[in-house]
Amino acid sequence: MGHNCLEIYLDGKYLSCLNYEYSKVILNYLLTNKKTKGRIMFKYLKQLTSLVAMVAVLFTFTTETMAAKKSKTLKNTQKKGFVRCGVSQGLPGFSNADAAGNWTGIDVDVCRAVAAAVLGDASKVKFTPLSAKERFTALTSGEIDILSRNTTWTLSRDADIGLTFVGVNFYDGQGFMVRKSSGITSTDQFKNGISACTNIGTTTELNMRDFFNSRGISYEPVAFEKADEVVAAYDAGRCDTYTTDKSGLAAQRTKMSNPDEHIVLPETISKEPLGPVVRQGDSVWEDIVRWSLNTMIEAEEYGITSGNADMMKTSDNPAIKRLVGAEGEMGAAFGLDNDWNYRIITQVGNYGESYKRNIADTGILPDRGPNELWTKGGILYVPPAR
Amino acid sequence: MKLKKILPQAITLLVVILIFGFFTMNAQLNMENRGIDFGYGFLSQESSFDVQFSLIEYSGSDSYARAYLVGLLNTLLVSILGIILCTILGVIVGIARLSPNYLIRTTAAWYVEFFRNIPLLLQIFFWYYAALRALPLPQDAEAIFGASYLTIKGFYTPSLIWENLDVFIYSVVAAIIVIIFVRIQAKKLRENVGKHLPVLNISIAILFVLPLLTFLFGGVNVGYETPELKQLAKTSFKFEGGLSIPPELLSLVIALSLYTATFVAECVRAGIQGVGKGQREAASSIGLNRKQVLNLIIMPQALRIIIPPTTNQYLNLTKNSSLAAAIAYPDLVLVFAGTALMQTGKAIEIVSITMLTYLTLSLSISFFMNWYNAKIAIVEK
Repeated sequence: MGHNCLEIYLDGKYLSCLNYEYSKVILNYLLTNKKTKGRIMFKYLKQLTSLVAMVAVLFTFTTETMAAKKSKTLKNTQKKGFVRCGVSQGLPGFSNADAAGNWTGIDVDVCRAVAAAVLGDASKVKFTPLSAKERFTALTSGEIDILSRNTTWTLSRDADIGLTFVGVNFYDGQGFMVRKSSGITSTDQFKNGISACTNIGTTTELNMRDFFNSRGISYEPVAFEKADEVVAAYDAGRCDTYTTDKSGLAAQRTKMSNPDEHIVLPETISKEPLGPVVRQGDSVWEDIVRWSLNTMIEAEEYGITSGNADMMKTSDNPAIKRLVGAEGEMGAAFGLDNDWNYRIITQVGNYGESYKRNIADTGILPDRGPNELWTKGGILYVPPAR
Repeated sequence: MKLKKILPQAITLLVVILIFGFFTMNAQLNMENRGIDFGYGFLSQESSFDVQFSLIEYSGSDSYARAYLVGLLNTLLVSILGIILCTILGVIVGIARLSPNYLIRTTAAWYVEFFRNIPLLLQIFFWYYAALRALPLPQDAEAIFGASYLTIKGFYTPSLIWENLDVFIYSVVAAIIVIIFVRIQAKKLRENVGKHLPVLNISIAILFVLPLLTFLFGGVNVGYETPELKQLAKTSFKFEGGLSIPPELLSLVIALSLYTATFVAECVRAGIQGVGKGQREAASSIGLNRKQVLNLIIMPQALRIIIPPTTNQYLNLTKNSSLAAAIAYPDLVLVFAGTALMQTGKAIEIVSITMLTYLTLSLSISFFMNWYNAKIAIVEK
C-alpha cells in the first residue's frame, strides 16, 4: 500500500507505526492518557501502517489500568510483593511443610503459579496453615487471598458464604480405611455399631451420614478437630474405620505406626472435586487464579514442560505459542504482561510435573486415576487458553 | 457538684457506645462488601450431621438449633460431673493436707503440686491418648464386678430397665417434699420447745420407705441389661446393650476434676486454717467432741472463706470444658462452634451465640454460689 505513516515511540522505545488517517484521534488519546502522557514521541515514516498492532498496544494500556482498577486483590498483592495463600496444616502431597519450613504439594503449586504470573517469582508466597474450621473465615475476612487447601467444591459453599471456586486441581472421593487384620475388604461388610473416626467441619461428616443412613447401618461418629488427632485415635484402636478423602487416607496412611497393617477399601462414597477458592466479588483475581491453574493443566496437554518451554516459544502450533506467551495477548485482560503463563510453566511446571513431584514420587497415589488428562482416559479437561 | 460526678461517667459511657458502634458498623460493612449474609435463620435448617454422644434424641435430620442443644447439654454434663467430683476430691485432699498423719499429709501435698502445675490440655491429652492406648480392646477386656468393662472404646456397665419409672420419680419427689416439711417442723420444735428430733434418721427413713412402697404397690419394677460382646469383623468387636460411656467423656471428666480438685483443695485448706485457733479450743473446752467441733464450729465459719474462691474454680472448670474439642467429645464448642459453624459458614452468629451461652452459664453458677454464700454468711442478730 505504501502510505505514509506516523511512527510512535514510548519512552524512546519503538512501539508501532500509525496510519496517517487515524493518527489524529489516536495520537490525541496517547498524548492525553494518564498512563502514556509525556512519554510519547512520534515521527513520520514512509512505511506501511499496522493499525492492528497499534490497537493491540492501546488495548494493553486501557485494560491494564482497568484490570488493576477493578481488582483490589491484584493491586494489593502487587503492592505487598507476595501472594497470601491458605493451605492445610500438613497433608503430604497437597500442602506440607518440611523441617526447614518449605511448603510443597499440588495445592501449594497453585499458589506458586499465581505468584509466578502476578509477581514474576513463584517463591513469593506467604503460606498460612489453616484447620478445616478456620479456612473459609480466613478467606472471607481477607486474611488470605487464595484458599488452596484440598477443599471440596459444593453448591452451598460456592453460593452461600461469600466464596467462589475457580476450578478443580484434584478429583477425589471419600473412602474408608480399616485394619487389614479385621478381614474387611469391602464396605458391604460394615455392621451396626461400627465406630468411625473423622475430621469435623468437612463434607466428610455429611457424606458419612448419607452413606450409613442409606444402608441402614447405625454408627458412632468420632470427630476430631485436627487430622493428626484422628490418625492417633484410629491408630490406637478407638475406631474401627477412618474415613476421609481417599487421597487423604493414602497420605495419612504413611503416618501410621505401621502403614502395612491398614488398607483403603475400594469403594468411593462421594464426589470430592478439590480446588482453589477465592473471595466472591473480585472477578479479575478469580480469573487470574482460574487461568493459572488451567495453564498448568493445558501445558501438560500440549507437552510443554518447565524444561522445554523455551523451545516451545518457536513452535509451529499457535495453541502452544499462546501458552508460552509467544503469540496473542493472553495476559492483557488480567492486567498482566504476555509472559505470565510462560513464567508459570518454567517456574512451577505443568500439572503432570507437579503431580509426579508431589504425589506420585512420594508414593501417595502413584496411579493418577481420574486425575489423568482427558486425552489419556482421565477427566482433567480445561477450557482452551485462547 | 452533681454535674462533676455525672459528666465523667457519661463521657465514658459514650466512648464505650461509640467503640461498640464502630466495630458493629465495621463488621457490617465488611460483611456486606464480601457478600456474607447475616441472620439466624440457619438455626431452623436441617443440620445433616450426626453427633457421637447425645443426652437427647438427635439425628442429622434435626435442626441446627437442636444440635446446639445437644452440645449445650453435653457441656453441662461434663461441667456438672466435673464440679461434683472435684468438690468431693478437693474437700478430701484439702482436709488431708491438714492431717496429723505424715504420709497422708505429704501425699496430698504432692498430688496438689503435681496436678496443678501441668497445663490442663496436656493432662487431657494424657488421659485420652496415653491412658486410652493402655486400655484393652473390647474382646480382651476383663469384667469388673462381673458385668462392667473398661475398654479402649469406652466404659460399659449394666443399665437398669424400669417399669413405671414415672411413679418412682414422683415418689422420690414426694419424699423430698416431706423431708423438707419435717425439717421445718423440727426446727420450730427445737427453737420453741427445745426438743431435738433425729432429723437425719427420719429423712433417710422417708427417702427409703416411700420409693419402696411404689415397688410393692405402685407397679414399679426394675430389671437390668448387661453389655454383650458383639463381633463387627474378624478382629473388631464392641459391646452392645447396657450403659456405655464414651472414653472421650471419661478422659475429660477425669482430667478436669483432677486438675480443678487441686485448687479446690487449697481453698478448703485455706478456709479451715482461716478459722481462729481459739474457736477450736473454746469449742473443746465446752465439751464438744471432735466431730462436733468440725461440723458445728469450724466448717460453718470455714465455708464463708471457702465459697468465693471455689466459685472461681467452678467457673474455670466450666470454661475449661471447652477443651473437649481436642479429644472429640461433642461439647458446645465442637458441635456448634465447630461442625455447625463450618457447615453454615455463619461465623459471627455462631460465635456470638456460643459466647453468650458460656457467659450465661458462668453467670448462673456465680449467681447460685453468691446466693449460697449469702445464706451461710453470719447473720448478726
